[in-house]
Amino acid sequence: MSEARIIRVAGAIAEARPLGDVALYELVEVGERKLLGEVIRLEGEVATIQVFEETTGLALNEPVRPTGGSLMTELGPGLLGSILDGVGRPLQAIADRSGDFIAPGMALPPLDPDARWTFSPTVSSGAEIAEGDVIGTVEERPGLVHQILLPLGTQGRVARIEGGAYTIKEPIGALEDGTPLRLSHRWAIRKRRPMVRRLAGDRPFITGQRVFDFLFPVAEGGSVAVPGGFGTGKTVIEQSLAKFAKADVIVYIGCGERGNEMAEVLHDFGRLTDPETGRPIMDRTVLIVNTSNMPVAARDASVYLGMTVAEYYRDMGYHVAVLADSLSRWAEALREIAARLQEMPGEEGYPTYLANRMSRLYERAGRVETLGSPSRTGAVTFISAVSPPGGDFAEPVTQGSLRVAGALWALDAGLAHQRQFPAVDWDTSYSLYVEATSAWFSAEGSSDWSELRSQTMRLLQRDRELREIAGLVGVDALADDDRLVLEGARIAREFLIGQNAFHEHDAFSAVAKTHSLAKLLWDFMNRGGSILSDEAGFEKLDLATVRLAFGAVKNAAPSDLDAMVSHATDAIANMGTP
Amino acid sequence: MRPARLPTARTYSGAASAAGPLLFVRSTRRAQLGEWVQIELEGQPERRGQVIDVGTEVTVIQVFEDTLGLRPAGAKITLTGETATTTVGKDLLGRALSGTGAPLDGLPSSIGETRRPIWGAPINPVRRQRPSDFIETGVSAIDGMNTLVRGQKLPVFSAPGLPGIELAADIVENARPSRGEPFAVVFAAIGITERETQTFVSRFRESEVMQRTVLYLNQASDPTIERLLTPRVALTTAEHLAFTHGFHVLVVMADITHYAEALREIAAAREEIPGRRGYPGYMYTDLASLFERAGVLESGEGSVTQLPIVTLPDGDMTHPIPDLTGYITEGQIVLSRELHQRGVYPPVDVLPSLSRLMNAGIGGSNTVPEHREWADQLYAVYARGREAKLMAAIVGTEGLAPGDQHALDFTDSFEQRLIHQGRQRRALTDTIEIGWSLLETLPRDELIRMSEATLQARSERDRNGEDAK
Repeated sequence: MSEARIIRVAGAIAEARPLGDVALYELVEVGERKLLGEVIRLEGEVATIQVFEETTGLALNEPVRPTGGSLMTELGPGLLGSILDGVGRPLQAIADRSGDFIAPGMALPPLDPDARWTFSPTVSSGAEIAEGDVIGTVEERPGLVHQILLPLGTQGRVARIEGGAYTIKEPIGALEDGTPLRLSHRWAIRKRRPMVRRLAGDRPFITGQRVFDFLFPVAEGGSVAVPGGFGTGKTVIEQSLAKFAKADVIVYIGCGERGNEMAEVLHDFGRLTDPETGRPIMDRTVLIVNTSNMPVAARDASVYLGMTVAEYYRDMGYHVAVLADSLSRWAEALREIAARLQEMPGEEGYPTYLANRMSRLYERAGRVETLGSPSRTGAVTFISAVSPPGGDFAEPVTQGSLRVAGALWALDAGLAHQRQFPAVDWDTSYSLYVEATSAWFSAEGSSDWSELRSQTMRLLQRDRELREIAGLVGVDALADDDRLVLEGARIAREFLIGQNAFHEHDAFSAVAKTHSLAKLLWDFMNRGGSILSDEAGFEKLDLATVRLAFGAVKNAAPSDLDAMVSHATDAIANMGTP
Repeated sequence: MRPARLPTARTYSGAASAAGPLLFVRSTRRAQLGEWVQIELEGQPERRGQVIDVGTEVTVIQVFEDTLGLRPAGAKITLTGETATTTVGKDLLGRALSGTGAPLDGLPSSIGETRRPIWGAPINPVRRQRPSDFIETGVSAIDGMNTLVRGQKLPVFSAPGLPGIELAADIVENARPSRGEPFAVVFAAIGITERETQTFVSRFRESEVMQRTVLYLNQASDPTIERLLTPRVALTTAEHLAFTHGFHVLVVMADITHYAEALREIAAAREEIPGRRGYPGYMYTDLASLFERAGVLESGEGSVTQLPIVTLPDGDMTHPIPDLTGYITEGQIVLSRELHQRGVYPPVDVLPSLSRLMNAGIGGSNTVPEHREWADQLYAVYARGREAKLMAAIVGTEGLAPGDQHALDFTDSFEQRLIHQGRQRRALTDTIEIGWSLLETLPRDELIRMSEATLQARSERDRNGEDAK
């Protein structure tokens, strides 16, 4: 059969004929520059291809060659600390070849083929092993042990296996049937990695952000949608989580976002250290970067690539957090491709299968018992920013996310304009993980955690009602105990929910600090209530001193926290005495 | 950039059909996506176009000039084998050019140093430098509250009748690089009126500002589809000045709204499925291909900073043009009709305004150490004051809590003294001083965004200042 040739090019889409016996989602090389593409429609002899690279300059009659496989990535040691583009090519290696600007047509593997890793086997010759089994370990980064897993579909008796320093290409041993064993294996990114079974999530994912940990917690293995108009702080939240949240591995997907933001992430992550381990944040991070001016089809791939990397570390028994910014850009990429294919549009021009694809994506999160022995549990927590047009949540991507996500952290432009950050709207946000995680918080945080939480939620609700009334009649016309509610809610907003992502000590709030602030809020409310019930006027309360004391606790260094808390406790106890 | 094997120019006579700005040509062997096209017709000036869809049966060409009087059957169509390029070079400084780079100032065409493709290539994120150098614009609302840094893209959200272009002109005239490095301005007029163009240009014509400026002018009366090229030609020149010659380049693009309308016109002519309000679904990606060309490279000296002007249709921030712009740019400067009517100039509403890169460019030795706290505190009180103002309209000022009353009084002086500055350039140090003098009218417990150390340092400085007197 003659070689396939390009018969049409429009935007990111090319058509070729005759491509013969190719499969849907098979990877192809397009044109003389061998641009990466993927078959997304087959009609007779004509294959429609979405091209992951810039198509300008593609000409009619240029050749198209099938590769025989779908879009795969290499999984193995060396992923941590790397920066990959949407289809898994290391951006550093691309820069080494093409300089400051990205040139299309470069096939580069995600893992450094020349790096040597010290491998120690955990099974020995003669052992019967099956898919997913741990066959040995590599210390990928100081303190992080990379388990070498037997690839899927492989089993047998180990003929030989030997420790030593290997590259990912060299065999570390072999099975009796001759199958070589290696440090890495390949995986098709659109396919989820299997597991034995899903487990209920009962441990919270500690974000270090008070508004989430205290009011809207997410369980390990849970999923959260974070919608917000522009300027509401989605990216700051995603970055704060990437920097400070408690997870073994972070996969950060910059999908269709700003180049300067990625430069900032690279700058910050290289310098910040994990307070618990003292190691650079970058050591536990995989960055997947497809900025908004990089090819649109690669945006689609970037999200699946991120999930695949996360599932791979999950399978080693780690807790992985996937932070995607933003899922709307991924959905828009689907829309753009669908429009070029002249598919019948659904809501707002998005393809009709958008909701399905989103559900499948969100469902790749979870806490699981992994395949293979020894038995391990791992989790993927998925936190996804959504950018609704005009900040209006009644749109397909936000709504599609809410159908499957277990929590909603809704960001509000009004709060952002008042510089109330994180600008989480406590009236519309929710979490389905409150019940499941409360036992952990009661045990590890404090026994009154749940009680403080529900009291605070009620306080914030009451505050909203009262502020509506005060807007009509004035604050002076309110009863004293209602004014106390307003003051308490203001303290809650400014010192408990409000958190400064750029303050050295406030950027991360440990569970103990979060609890102290919540506890102090209710000390204040109770003490204030008892002073007012002694017939004292509202003016008698020395709010200024109390507010300063709250500020001091909020910004306290870990070593000063106890002192600041007891100072605040005293200030509250003394607030009615002149 | 060029494909390895480049077909040479091929000429075809007669197009199959034409629709609006599009020309449909049959059987063009080896047509390339993005290929530059010349269209000749007897007795008419030459037109230029670009291949936007190649197919074995029909190839679609987007024509940049007016297609009025274009007879498809009689047209001689030349596919040049090249993508669109523009002449770049230092000798463009001081020149006024058309929206595609032809001289408008009566001087001969510039020889330039080289030709560059106008579509640019994405900067590799690992080669970007984090933007962190403060640009002093001389405008308090920007320098103090929403600081601009080199490599940033910070649009001005204006509305019909508001002085968006005037503000851009002030910035161009007054902006100073912090250490006196080479500085240049590239102005891309995209479909704006002669009057608006003159507002901008007449201020510099005679001054030395013009000597460091390149003007690309596609005005309201110029071909619509050419507007898709103008910002790209301008950005190509800016990148060359920045990354080859080490200039710090400020690119002013006015008006992105006209650009987006040209984009919609093409999409409609191609019978594409429209997105919100008829704008194409890929508008985000398309706008990003302009805005993402701002930046600083790790290897180079220069920088490209963008100041696009967006006229909000009906003042609506949720309209797709400002909405998508806001999602790509690193903040926005929002002008307010209310402030404008009260005679505040520049009428910047700082509450919805934002500079995302501010933190990297302020504090320490960049500006003043307390800059972040200073700005946060002003924001907090001003936001509270604006809310109190609404409340006071219903319940009267007597019904307000004391804190709200303070904030309300503060709000007026903030707008009149800090935001309002007329056409005068104001140094950052003066901006900071005015801010402090406003804050010092408030009781200590209202200043919760200020640390004890900052307040202490301030009062010590005050004391020393008085001692000096």
